[in-house]
Amino acid sequence: MLKDLVTPENANVFVGKLGDILEKAIDKPLGYAINWGRIWSLWPVHIETACCSVEFGAASSPRYDVERFGIIEAFGSLRQCDLVVVQGTITRKMAPRLRLVYDQMPEPKYVIAMGACAITGGLYFDSYNVLPGIDGVIPVDVYVPGCPPRPETLIQGCILLQEKIKRMKARKFV
Amino acid sequence: MATEIMPGLALQKVDERIMTLNVGPQHPGSGHMRIVVQIDGDYIVACDPDPGYVHRGEEKMAEYRNYITNIPHLERPVIHDSCNVLYPYVLGAEELLGIEVPERAKYVRVIASELNRCIYIMYWLAIYGIFLGHSTMFMWPAGDREFLIDLMEKMSGARVTHAHFVPGGVRNDLPANFEDVCLRHVNYFEKRIKEYAAVFYDNPILISRTQDTGVLSKHDAIRLGTTGSVLRASGVDYDLRIKEPYDVYDELDIHTNVMKEGDAYARSRIPWLDMLESCNIIRQALQKMPKSGSVRTKLKPNPKTKGPATVYKRVESGRGSLGCYIVSDGKTEPYRLKLSVPSFRNLIALPHLLKGEKLGNMPSVYWSLNYWPVEADR
Amino acid sequence: MMSTETQPSQVAPNEKPVPPKKPEETPVELPVFEKGLSDKITGKFGDKVEVAFVIEDRVRINVGRENVHDVAEFIRDELNFDHVESVSGVDFPKEKEIEVVYHIGSYTDSSLSRQIIVLATRAQREDNPIPGQDATKLPTLRDIFYSVEFHEREIFEMFGVFFEGHPDNRRLLLPEDWADLPPLRKDFDSRGR
Repeated sequence: MLKDLVTPENANVFVGKLGDILEKAIDKPLGYAINWGRIWSLWPVHIETACCSVEFGAASSPRYDVERFGIIEAFGSLRQCDLVVVQGTITRKMAPRLRLVYDQMPEPKYVIAMGACAITGGLYFDSYNVLPGIDGVIPVDVYVPGCPPRPETLIQGCILLQEKIKRMKARKFV
Repeated sequence: MATEIMPGLALQKVDERIMTLNVGPQHPGSGHMRIVVQIDGDYIVACDPDPGYVHRGEEKMAEYRNYITNIPHLERPVIHDSCNVLYPYVLGAEELLGIEVPERAKYVRVIASELNRCIYIMYWLAIYGIFLGHSTMFMWPAGDREFLIDLMEKMSGARVTHAHFVPGGVRNDLPANFEDVCLRHVNYFEKRIKEYAAVFYDNPILISRTQDTGVLSKHDAIRLGTTGSVLRASGVDYDLRIKEPYDVYDELDIHTNVMKEGDAYARSRIPWLDMLESCNIIRQALQKMPKSGSVRTKLKPNPKTKGPATVYKRVESGRGSLGCYIVSDGKTEPYRLKLSVPSFRNLIALPHLLKGEKLGNMPSVYWSLNYWPVEADR
Repeated sequence: MMSTETQPSQVAPNEKPVPPKKPEETPVELPVFEKGLSDKITGKFGDKVEVAFVIEDRVRINVGRENVHDVAEFIRDELNFDHVESVSGVDFPKEKEIEVVYHIGSYTDSSLSRQIIVLATRAQREDNPIPGQDATKLPTLRDIFYSVEFHEREIFEMFGVFFEGHPDNRRLLLPEDWADLPPLRKDFDSRGR
């Protein structure tokens, strides 16, 4: 059916029209659906940077069970992830690696800065090998304060990120 | 083989047959470090650990802070074993500042230290389980350690970063009714971890993956200067709680667990046996503890040491002997502080153990070393 | 070589309220076993070694850098110490020296399990260090105690003390592009960097 409609002469016109319709649809009716899909698939990269990873692990424990929110699932390859949870201090040796990991991830991608060290350097503000916050390396969506943050705080940060994604324009990354 | 480009940097020229593989730092099996392995087919021919991704300069920072303000950042290397990593520093600072510790505080310290040892080992066991693909062994320890974290939270107010030990005792007294709650939790905990044997340690899959892999002989364990569970799994009976008792450990009845095999299975079983022993120690300490009394000798603000002196104190932490070398010049800050951490000491065994192993055995050997990268980097 | 004025001196651990005195004035009776250990070393090496303190479980020996290898070999072969627990560097910019301290312990001999021999030696310090190429050098102890391998690598990057004969003097903990002073030296001020 569709094949019959499309001839070599009108192919460009037809596809162009479809593109216009889709582009408009992404903004309003489809945008909600796309964001909804993104909210429930926040899978973090398995990159541990410092001691906050203890509380990150505790968030997956049976008591807190962050997976009941459908987020922070088990870890896969970084090509299939869309969330970086920076778990604590970023040292000068780790910063290029973090950027490399971030660059390899497909869009859309979100970043949670977990712990005081990832936000401002925290306790290590005067250390020679620690970056004063990760804002200079990768853009951050949600800051989760604490040293280390309790698992509840991390869960709240993730829910904040979900609400942020809900309000984002889906088209930005399409 | 290796050509020296400049001092401190050598270029390794390898055979075409040999492939160099980077494991980490973004890798589910590596933690916060990188292991450069060279493999021939499926077998590891050389391994070069590359730590330092969490090197935060704790030792330099300690020179800028006085003996009290050093406490919070010195426990960060191992936050889930924070009482034990502070212990040698606090013992050393007490000797330098010349303060006595009240009797009750010593017992509180022993209880906190043993609880923390269990918390640490449970986390390590959870990680070891998940890296071997054993999800139950992640869920069970990660859930059960929360009971002990509750106890420590009652005692100190924080989940993992307690900062509970201070020179002169502990920060505050035990809350009301702590002894009963602690005894109840510890008894339940002991009953619970005994169940781990059936699901994990007697599991034929675990046994086939860990038995006779990464064997460290007794001679090598001594020569490489390993410590803690790695050493005791290789048949050396060395536990500082018995050999060099600190605080009130000499008044308690302690047994060490030694295994002769020296393989990854023995190294993973020893910490579990240590936890059972810790439960015994906590029960004894609760019984012998003075029921009331001061828990802290107050210090003047900004205390000064008695004069130029050095002190080297060591304790048995969850990973092994942890030493703290403090050089003081009579000022309010340490002139130099060095943490001799067990993870860093055990790291030297990794290239030794992985040589000749299959690549698939790397996680089971690497995590059996009881290694916590943040501590090794300091 | 060894300057005794600022050398961190002995504080006996069990005498808390005594006001600080000079160690030579303090009438402490030295612990017998530890005294035996230090006597064996002084008996072999005479005035090449200097016993800084003998306290319970700890014996500190100061050695010049030309003798440290021999003394370490003696400690391993004759005194049955078999591993190094910790290697620390201490920077003394005023004396233009960097002290390297080995804490040596024993697993095999159960009578020595409490004991730590603190072997200290000093390297010449340069104000403008070129790690590996200046005079800040010490002989390595890796051929005697295998366990010092990573510790000495750490000292090399943190203090710039090059260990002659060490097979692997590469960088360990610091970032690959570190081009600053070795960070644990006293003239490296970590604030404001």
